[in-house]
Amino acid sequence: MNRGIGLAVIRDLAQRLVAPIDPPLMLIAGLLLLLAVGVMGSASPERLTAQLANVAVALAVMRVIAQVPPQRLMHLALPAYLLGLLLLVAVALFGDVSKGARRWLNLGFMRVQPSELMKIAVPLLLAWFFQKREAMLRLRDYGVAAALLLLPVALIARQPDLGTAILVLAAGFYVIFFAGLSWKIIGGMVVAGLAAAPLAWNLLHDYQRNRIITLFDPEKDPLGKGFHIIQSTIAIGSGGFFGKGWRAGTQAQLEFIPERHTDFIFAVFSEEFGLFGNLLLLALYALLIGRGLMIAANAATLFSRLLAGAVTLIFFTYAFVNMGMVSGILPVVGVPLPFVSYGGTALVTLFLGIGILMSIHGHRMLVQK
Amino acid sequence: MEFKNPQEELERFRSRLAVAGGFVLFCFTLLFVRFVWLQIVQHDYYQTRAEDNRISLVPIVPNRGLILDRNGVVLARNYSAYTLEITPSKTRDLDQVIDGLAGIIDIQAKDRKRFKKLLEESRNFESLPIRTRLTDVEVAKFIAHRYRFPGVDIKARLFRQYPGGAFASHMLGYIGRVTDRDLEKIEEQDQEANYRGTEHFGKTGLEQHYEFKLHGETGFEQVEVDAGGRAVRTLARSAPVAGSNLTLTVDIELQRIAEQAFGDRKGALVAIEPSTGGILALVAMPNYDPNLFVDGIDTQNWKELNESPDKPMVNRALNGAYPPGSTFKPFMALGALTLGKRRAEQAISDPGFFNFGGHTFRDDKKGGHGSVDMYKSIVQSCDTYYYMLANDMGIDNISAFMAQLGLGSRTGIDIDGESEGVLPSQEWKRKRFKKPEQQKWYAGETISIGIGQGYNAYTPIQLAHATAILANKGVVFRPHLVKFVTDTKSGERALVEPKPTRTLALKPEHIEVIKNAMVGVNKEGTGARAFAGAEYVAAGKTGTAQVFSLKGAEYKAGGVKKELRDHALFIAFAPADEPKIALAILVENGGFGAQAAAPIARQVLDYYLLGKKPNAPAPADEAAVEEDDQ
Repeated sequence: MNRGIGLAVIRDLAQRLVAPIDPPLMLIAGLLLLLAVGVMGSASPERLTAQLANVAVALAVMRVIAQVPPQRLMHLALPAYLLGLLLLVAVALFGDVSKGARRWLNLGFMRVQPSELMKIAVPLLLAWFFQKREAMLRLRDYGVAAALLLLPVALIARQPDLGTAILVLAAGFYVIFFAGLSWKIIGGMVVAGLAAAPLAWNLLHDYQRNRIITLFDPEKDPLGKGFHIIQSTIAIGSGGFFGKGWRAGTQAQLEFIPERHTDFIFAVFSEEFGLFGNLLLLALYALLIGRGLMIAANAATLFSRLLAGAVTLIFFTYAFVNMGMVSGILPVVGVPLPFVSYGGTALVTLFLGIGILMSIHGHRMLVQK
Repeated sequence: MEFKNPQEELERFRSRLAVAGGFVLFCFTLLFVRFVWLQIVQHDYYQTRAEDNRISLVPIVPNRGLILDRNGVVLARNYSAYTLEITPSKTRDLDQVIDGLAGIIDIQAKDRKRFKKLLEESRNFESLPIRTRLTDVEVAKFIAHRYRFPGVDIKARLFRQYPGGAFASHMLGYIGRVTDRDLEKIEEQDQEANYRGTEHFGKTGLEQHYEFKLHGETGFEQVEVDAGGRAVRTLARSAPVAGSNLTLTVDIELQRIAEQAFGDRKGALVAIEPSTGGILALVAMPNYDPNLFVDGIDTQNWKELNESPDKPMVNRALNGAYPPGSTFKPFMALGALTLGKRRAEQAISDPGFFNFGGHTFRDDKKGGHGSVDMYKSIVQSCDTYYYMLANDMGIDNISAFMAQLGLGSRTGIDIDGESEGVLPSQEWKRKRFKKPEQQKWYAGETISIGIGQGYNAYTPIQLAHATAILANKGVVFRPHLVKFVTDTKSGERALVEPKPTRTLALKPEHIEVIKNAMVGVNKEGTGARAFAGAEYVAAGKTGTAQVFSLKGAEYKAGGVKKELRDHALFIAFAPADEPKIALAILVENGGFGAQAAAPIARQVLDYYLLGKKPNAPAPADEAAVEEDDQ
């Protein structure tokens, strides 16, 4: 008897624990994590334990957020955005300099990178903004949204942290795009952007310009700036169709691939698992994005829809920019391979996004009632 | 304010989602195409590049071949030692690094000087020794401090050593670090791959001439390296093959006795085995210690060797060209017999001078030698006989005959850079001078050619070669130092000079006349004092080459500065009937031949034929009979 009750209680608890979790999303994310553990075991086995701890924290964050209803998230939008902005200003004034960039803020007990928070806070705020203006959206509201977006982007780009700035800009743009920005304006922006490219070139730092030059001609400086790209494309190319096998990639194991546990981990994966592995990885990302877009399509409110759409496309942006740069078709910017690269902050941000998607999906009916 | 229809809005949102989905697919397709390009289309290329990254070929430098004398005595060998080396491109402040090293290891001023010289000559990126022959204690001390010195390392290297020191240095030559000029030679021989990792190259002497035989085959180790260039493991290895050993025709003991016989005099001696052309001794004095060059010579020693007025770096045996003086007479006489210009018994009357074209050519002996036949002309070294003979033969006959004996052309000895000397002829003069009035040959110029003066200038090896041809009755062998080359892998010996190069059309009875006259020289002529009591019969001829013209005034050895004194010459072969050795000796500023050169020949022949070792350098015989050269 007692035993039966006990079991029932445990089963009930377990059910409540997993209830907010969306099985398809969890399955895809789980497979990606599994794959990440495998690659990390090859690229940097000594970091595996630390990364598993990061995974545990990230999953906990996901589980908590998954339970929070979207309305509550909406209330958090403005405070989170303002806090983020405040911290970015603080970074600009008192931040720690490391590797020539001012990105970190030392709070005394821990160092934080406020720009990371903005990857979620910006789409949250913009989704909230468009929800507020839902019934009376005017053209100038897009202008206001653009201003709200560009302010933090400018602060981040100044640090300088081009990778994060691009991700935040993209995240914000996705919200504005889903909110219905007219194609004419988008077209106009593209044309204006191309026209302004030379101007932007002048605003870039030397090292950022070098990265772009390197993209087009990596062999120009094979031991310097081109080294990363040359070695990662050699790794990918030499992988062939089935790859060299787990822990058998010479480029990876003999340390020719730089930063092989973080931004260039895809080169390790690609060398050891080949085109076959790449297809698998692309498929998993595509499934994740597909599921995210589906959740967005069925979301209850404008806020949820915009947020879900933007978060999903952030995943895409991470994946595309990272694989693009490692395989040599995009310039080198500091963007990790989502769910795979080593690092707690990025992983937490990503699972925060997964949590938000789960929350939106879990609460789609409740709001409609 | 525009009216919003929620359903329409949702549709629009969903269409935008579809656009986004399409964009995602497009981008992923782009990545996919890129992956196919890299991993399928370009796979082979990147595979090769990954292998190139991973695999490094490390050369294993072979042991250089040994040089041995005819009896197996080692003249050049190798030993292994630790060196302390600096890679200049990996260090910032060289002086500071060297000062730091001096704090742990003994580094002297000459080490610094030598390093500086190496640095000036070095190719990029190579590591250069600051100290060689480290002791075990020094090695241990440095290893404890290695972390302080990036770009500095200890290496085990093979060094060349010449156990005899300065003895035979002009013959052996030396090796030094590979320079750009050496690289060109390596490329010419298509040996670039075989010379990867080789740091030394033969610079002079046998080391230079037989460089590609002595070098050996470089082995290779295929190692897997990481991005930092550290070797992770060995994949494959091919062993190096040591260079071939050279066994010389030289008898190093004879060489030693010959060099010692010179004492501190300058000059050259070449001794040849007439029946083979093998060189028994090749002396050029002063000599130098080739060991100085092996680790890279320091600037001070280099300066001393190069700026010394004695020019110890010049190989006088091959590169010094001297008038042969009276040693030319036996060859003149042989030419006269061969061309039918004289018979041996035909005598002339010598008044002590010869008048030609309003000029008087004097014999050294006032009043002359009286009636002189060919025998007497050689034994007493009568000038007048040869003034007349030269005039009768004419310059072109003389030069054509002497050319057959190898005078005025390179003998082809296995040392590079041999000089040609000067064999005067009408054609030579036309080529030598530019102005038409200088190009013309005057009959008067032929006269002094007859006694080995005038334009005549031959290297000691040419004289020794000609003497050997005479001793060998006209059968010519190319003079050579290396008897055979032993392949270290197969043990096969390759003889360097197995066959005579040519045989001259000389009549045995003519050779007999000359031989008898030369024997007479040592029995009753100018060489008699030097060869008094010899237990063998030696044929010889003294000679004195004029350095300085006194224009009619009498020459007195004591009266002129040493560097203006005449050169003493002597040629000989012995035993006269069955010659085992032929030689030519030159003593610079030694006075006349009987005085300075013949006593050296006596010591050398005594050792070679009887095994007698002298206990002091050959004495200059101040009481020797002065011969008839001016």
